[in-house]
Amino acid sequence: MTTYYGIDLTTPAGWLPLLFGLVLCISMLTYVILDGYDLGVGILLGKTKDLSQKDMMIASIGPFWDANETWLVLGVGILLVAFPSAHGVILGALYLPVALMLMGLTLRGVAFEFRVKAKAHHRPLWDHTFNIGSLISAWSQGFMLGQLITGFQESSASYLFSSLIGFCLIGAYRLLGASWLLMKTEGALQEKTIGWAKGSLLFTAIGVLAVSIATPWVSPRIFEKWFSFPNLLLLLPIPLMTLALFGITARSLNRLPLRLRQGNQYGSAIPFACTVGIFLLSFYGLAYSLFPWLVIDRITLWQAASATESLLVISYGVAIVLPVIIGYTLFSYRVFWGKSTALKY
Amino acid sequence: MDSLDPVLLARIQFAANITFHILFPTISIALGWFLLFFKTRFVATGQAHWMDAYQFWIKIFALTFALGVVSGITMSFQFGTNWPGFMNTVGNIAGPLLAYEVLTAFFLEATMLGIMLFGRARVGEAMHTAATFLVAAGTTLSAFWILALNSWMHTPAGYEMINGQAHVTSWMAVIFNPSFPYRMTHMLLASGLTGAFLLAGVSAFRYLRQPIPIPSSKKDIMATLRTGVFVAAALIPAQILVGDLHGLNTLAHQPAKLAAMEGIWETTQGADAVLFALPNKTTQSNDYAITIPKLASFYLTHDWNGTVQGIKSFGDKHPPVAPVFWSFRIMVGVGLLMLAVSWSVAWQLRRKNAWLKPWAAKILVAMTFSGWIALVAGWYTTEIGRQPWLVQGLLTTAQAASKVPAKHIALSLGMYLTLYITLLSAYLSVIFHLARKADETETTTTQPAAEASLLSPLAKAH
Repeated sequence: MTTYYGIDLTTPAGWLPLLFGLVLCISMLTYVILDGYDLGVGILLGKTKDLSQKDMMIASIGPFWDANETWLVLGVGILLVAFPSAHGVILGALYLPVALMLMGLTLRGVAFEFRVKAKAHHRPLWDHTFNIGSLISAWSQGFMLGQLITGFQESSASYLFSSLIGFCLIGAYRLLGASWLLMKTEGALQEKTIGWAKGSLLFTAIGVLAVSIATPWVSPRIFEKWFSFPNLLLLLPIPLMTLALFGITARSLNRLPLRLRQGNQYGSAIPFACTVGIFLLSFYGLAYSLFPWLVIDRITLWQAASATESLLVISYGVAIVLPVIIGYTLFSYRVFWGKSTALKY
Repeated sequence: MDSLDPVLLARIQFAANITFHILFPTISIALGWFLLFFKTRFVATGQAHWMDAYQFWIKIFALTFALGVVSGITMSFQFGTNWPGFMNTVGNIAGPLLAYEVLTAFFLEATMLGIMLFGRARVGEAMHTAATFLVAAGTTLSAFWILALNSWMHTPAGYEMINGQAHVTSWMAVIFNPSFPYRMTHMLLASGLTGAFLLAGVSAFRYLRQPIPIPSSKKDIMATLRTGVFVAAALIPAQILVGDLHGLNTLAHQPAKLAAMEGIWETTQGADAVLFALPNKTTQSNDYAITIPKLASFYLTHDWNGTVQGIKSFGDKHPPVAPVFWSFRIMVGVGLLMLAVSWSVAWQLRRKNAWLKPWAAKILVAMTFSGWIALVAGWYTTEIGRQPWLVQGLLTTAQAASKVPAKHIALSLGMYLTLYITLLSAYLSVIFHLARKADETETTTTQPAAEASLLSPLAKAH
């Protein structure tokens, strides 16, 4: 039972790459959910003309966005230092979409600051930049996901598919963003967010479906993993739970307008919680499909791993520091718990 | 497109990004500690103007920090995409150092920044001061890790090569490699000077727009101006001394770089100090040189007739001379200017209630970003001076370059350059805009802030 893919998991050379695979998954998943909601808020910024509503939207992500993006640095950092050869293949193949994403992230990061600090008449320009930057980042991340799933094939079908996933991820981030705002705001803006969330549900569902169909399609090995018996039965809860979460979100979004008008905030966090659940399940399904490959059917975790002694040195740091990071991140969310208030230094 | 050299493009792209990036952490490292100083002065004295100073400079800090974060994210990708050979060869050393930077510094500063910027009314004064301290400490810790790695690239130690890959034999030797203590001190002092001149320059800009005597609601202007000037005056002599020691360290470990900095082509006893020259790489000599006899030997070897190794003796393993020679002179020139300005202004401000002469204030305004010039020139000296090596004596830059097609690099380089130029001009104009805006609006004194901090337990309960 201790050998897997011909690897002895009791030796450090066996389990350390697994551990770092787990850390990689945790940081990418945390990134997608955390930066997902603030990218989503950026994507939605163009949906309102009201300046104070824009401010309120930005205020809801103000204390968090910096730290949210750090999870991306950690994810890429772990890929770079723990799996250098996979890093080279993946980021080499994704060179241009990565550059595009970085442009997008840069634009929105600085627009966040400039919009309130530059001259007042420049403000619409920076709001626009924030919006466009968020869209570009989300789309290119979805495009990269599409490329990863199709194993970096250089075919028009793969590019087309990846573009579609790009648009679906915009939808999914939009759903996260809208439900985040639903939870963090009040009044007229809060009512609007319900409509935004509803409008994003369909694209999110298409994205989840497209990824679920494409992954087994591309690799017979992945097909085997999902559709052989008894795996099929054991894994069935994943799609069923995802479906249920979509259902609960839709139902909650239909009921909330009336409740909010009665001044009842009960359940305003349900769509966000369910959307996070959808992301978790989709990510889990994807990780299950890919494991133990970092590049589908080409490079495994163990093939890509760097020297055992380096991994050991980093693992001490991870073991001590990561819980501390999670601790003060929770502290920060506790400090800013509840409805957001205006950003004031 | 085929004629484009991908290695050169990758270098220009990385240099552009890292140059753009380093401008902002340099300011935020120092500004973080200045903010902590303003905050603790306010807590200790209760004087309103210290809080005004804090509230004004935290805006510039937030803006600077954001620019540092986004350009830093770009860098984390370019390490791998532009220099795959770097990670393949020395990944066992670079990897853990970078990982520890992210784990111990990045998260800490980014998370605490949220509390520092927007959490004052929610967490209470002591926790807010603690958050300010943690942000400053985080930025400094981040400098520690990245400079350990950078220094190791100049003076590698504590490793052995096995099958073409570096493996660590001693982490202490890797981190505290021979050039690290000098580089770290030199860099932190550079950060302090950059921050101090920014503080003094922007304050002097605001000062010039005020009547004399300055109204009491603007007392923060003189406070920050004095802080900037006196810190600069204190740091610059230390910096000149440390810079000199760093140079001697370079002579011991990277003599080719030092020869290029000094513009000494031939190995000579009693080498002349070259004040001005146009280094000529075809004739391998200096044109129009102005020199002081034997001085270089004296300050490098402490012997008027000491031997200094010339550039020619390194064969083709030496850096391009002219850029190293000139950027070194620019750095030293700005440093001497900083000494003259900070000391003469400090003299004018030696009494507690002294005012500054308008011409002196104008010079300070002109010197606002002088730290950046010295800093970038210094980095070019040391980084170009390491060429053709990426890791001294171990891996050349060309060996580490990626196989990404030149046109992909050219395209993304074009995008990055446009972006950086736009952002840099926006940054500069917004800083002065903030300074003007601060003078137009009546400063909110500590009244509301103090109230907020008293009410904070209540505010949290809501």
